[in-house]
Amino acid sequence: MSNHTDTANEEIHEVHMHRDDFGSKMGMWLFLFTEILLFGGLFLLYAGYRFIYPDGFAAAAAELDVLLGCINTVILLTSSLTVVLAIVALQKNNKKLSLFFLWVTVICGLVFLVNKYFEWGAKFHHGIYPKGPALQEMSEGEVMYFGLYYVMTGLHALHIIVGLAFIGFIMWQIKKDIITSTNFQRFENSGLYWHLVDIIWIFLFPLLYLIH
Amino acid sequence: MANGTIAVPGRTAEVDFYNVRGRYKGIWSWLLTVDHKRIGLMYMSGVIFFFLVAMTLGVFMRLEMLSPGETLMKAQTYNSIFTLHGVIMVFLFIIPSVPAIFGNFFLPLQIGARDVLFPRLNLMSWYLYMIGAVLAILSLFSGGGIMDTGWTFYVPYSIRTTTNVSMSVFAAFVLGFSTILTGINFIGTIHRLRCPGMTWFRMPLFCWSLYATSWIQVLATPVIGITLVLIILERLIGIGIFDPTLGGDPLLYQHMFWIYSHPAVYIMILPAMGVVSEIIPTFSKKPIFGYTPIAMSSLGIALVGYLVWGHHMFSSGISDTSRVIFSLLTFFVALPSGIKVFNWVATLYKGSITVAAPMLFTLLFIFIFSIGGLAGLVLGALNTDLHLTDTYFVVAHFHYVMFGGMGIIFFASLHYWFPKMFGKMYNERRAKIAAVWIAIGFNCLYFPMYIMGYMGMPRRYYDYLPEFQIYHIIATVGSWILVSGILFMFANLLIGLRRGSPAPDNPWGGTTLEWTVPSPPPMENFEEIPVVTRGPYDHTEVDGKEEKLMQ
Repeated sequence: MSNHTDTANEEIHEVHMHRDDFGSKMGMWLFLFTEILLFGGLFLLYAGYRFIYPDGFAAAAAELDVLLGCINTVILLTSSLTVVLAIVALQKNNKKLSLFFLWVTVICGLVFLVNKYFEWGAKFHHGIYPKGPALQEMSEGEVMYFGLYYVMTGLHALHIIVGLAFIGFIMWQIKKDIITSTNFQRFENSGLYWHLVDIIWIFLFPLLYLIH
Repeated sequence: MANGTIAVPGRTAEVDFYNVRGRYKGIWSWLLTVDHKRIGLMYMSGVIFFFLVAMTLGVFMRLEMLSPGETLMKAQTYNSIFTLHGVIMVFLFIIPSVPAIFGNFFLPLQIGARDVLFPRLNLMSWYLYMIGAVLAILSLFSGGGIMDTGWTFYVPYSIRTTTNVSMSVFAAFVLGFSTILTGINFIGTIHRLRCPGMTWFRMPLFCWSLYATSWIQVLATPVIGITLVLIILERLIGIGIFDPTLGGDPLLYQHMFWIYSHPAVYIMILPAMGVVSEIIPTFSKKPIFGYTPIAMSSLGIALVGYLVWGHHMFSSGISDTSRVIFSLLTFFVALPSGIKVFNWVATLYKGSITVAAPMLFTLLFIFIFSIGGLAGLVLGALNTDLHLTDTYFVVAHFHYVMFGGMGIIFFASLHYWFPKMFGKMYNERRAKIAAVWIAIGFNCLYFPMYIMGYMGMPRRYYDYLPEFQIYHIIATVGSWILVSGILFMFANLLIGLRRGSPAPDNPWGGTTLEWTVPSPPPMENFEEIPVVTRGPYDHTEVDGKEEKLMQ
């Protein structure tokens, strides 16, 4: 409690309405730990199967489009930058600029998803999907690789969608002046979430695309 | 975080939280509440209901085992019943019982706060718990029938069986989410809302155990979350990760499952140990022996408990090196547990002991938990484990530590905090009779399982060889004694709830902060946020000067 010393008066319920920005941020960090462990389970499986099937993983990774992965990496990194810029802009009371940067973030996120759609679509087209005709011809290592590929990038894309929903909500609250230059913890928390999604991609990209 | 329902002007402190008038009326004043006390009681209604359901299933299992052969049910029914018994007991009773009910109710009271840090998140956790429970119930009546995999959902069977695994697993996933959010909430509460003077090492030990538990909840539960999602994906689209016909490795599933589920047994037992550390000093009128070692051993258990999951897989085909390491670490985890037991016993030494009902349950806990814990070492040793794995010895060990640990302490907490929660006293004599009754039934039910397990009776079979029958008969009779004792205990508490005499603020002479507020507590807990000047359990000068000795 930030203001427990002045509770002797009758405004007892006043204390209950207290704002604890530090506590709020702490809760967000704890939640991010759980997200890291959620993906951590998948990274563990990746390590296990890569150890069992090194050749299959190398062969399957060669099938991915490194260029498309690079473009998506750049897009996500840019979107993380614009989130930070948006927070700074709001802190400096520039609501318009802040909203502009958030729009850039949202567009980046959407472009990422569109790229992902085409990437998955191409794989599906070639019959590389669970129980797909091409995948059934492949070795066990490649089946494991693509199983993990779909789960990891799929779960990551789901997080992008959730992150976009958060940012949309934040933009609405900035418009309504609920989030202001003095009360922006919720904004910062959404930014933290977006960075987490970004960081997970930073690990997914080399593991899935670059290591052959 | 802002709290929405406290729209009461002026002083509300004198009105207890049952009768305070908030923004909502009637049932909505409960279903939309963000008050930690009401949420705790809502958990209690759900948890006790599911406990009684799973207990009934257990009774049916024991009835089937009364004589060899197919007597009461078919093999498939038996498989479904033991699965349900396990899933409900683990996910809907043991995990939420003490943290979600008593943690919610008493953590803010014990650290001198008005509520938890995120009251609305707290309500959301309760809804997730209920949604998970409803999904679990729906899974019984939909899809391919009741799940029959056992509570561990081992692959490849869980991806092959035609029963409704997907929905039950999804229910467990949702329940996991509820657990995580409660954990985040408690960690934040302990960090941010301790009242002035309540330093870390002045916190009651129950708070310490909740703190350790919450960290396990936050750091372990997500791993089971992703594992359960993979099972669902495996069943729905055949992703192949755990399917041996596609190259998947079932052993990796077991690793993933136990990375969560072994720390989870400490989620189950640590809060119970915290309650023991509250009850023993109160009824011995003595400061707790070794406060810091007890607090640190909670963290130690949480830490080492993270590294021992492999001991569930000694017979699954993991390498000898890892088996030896996991076995060694398993022995290490017995050390902090041992520290606690010795400190509790040392607290009793030369204390002025009152054997009231909560104390009786607690002493029963120490007795039962010691037997169960020592049996755990038998299972943690490699060579004996190979003989005993998947026998009734494991079942006996598990019930001694889980039911004898968490279950019995759940009963102890019910009695200890009943006056504070409901403002009524129960009948002390009947409560003591219930405790002894339960003690007899418990040992009669589970001890024969050690013996027949040692002789080779495998677990999870609906049938057995005739030479085991005598033990099964004793166990089944024990189940009748135990269940009637439990029902007698609940009946006594219900009578106390309806007709009990009003409870004083501090019926047991406790020294922690929850005993300084009226019974039941007012909506805002403390009229004035207290200032703490000393550690808990200061029973040194009890000569009618108890007021001053409160923390």
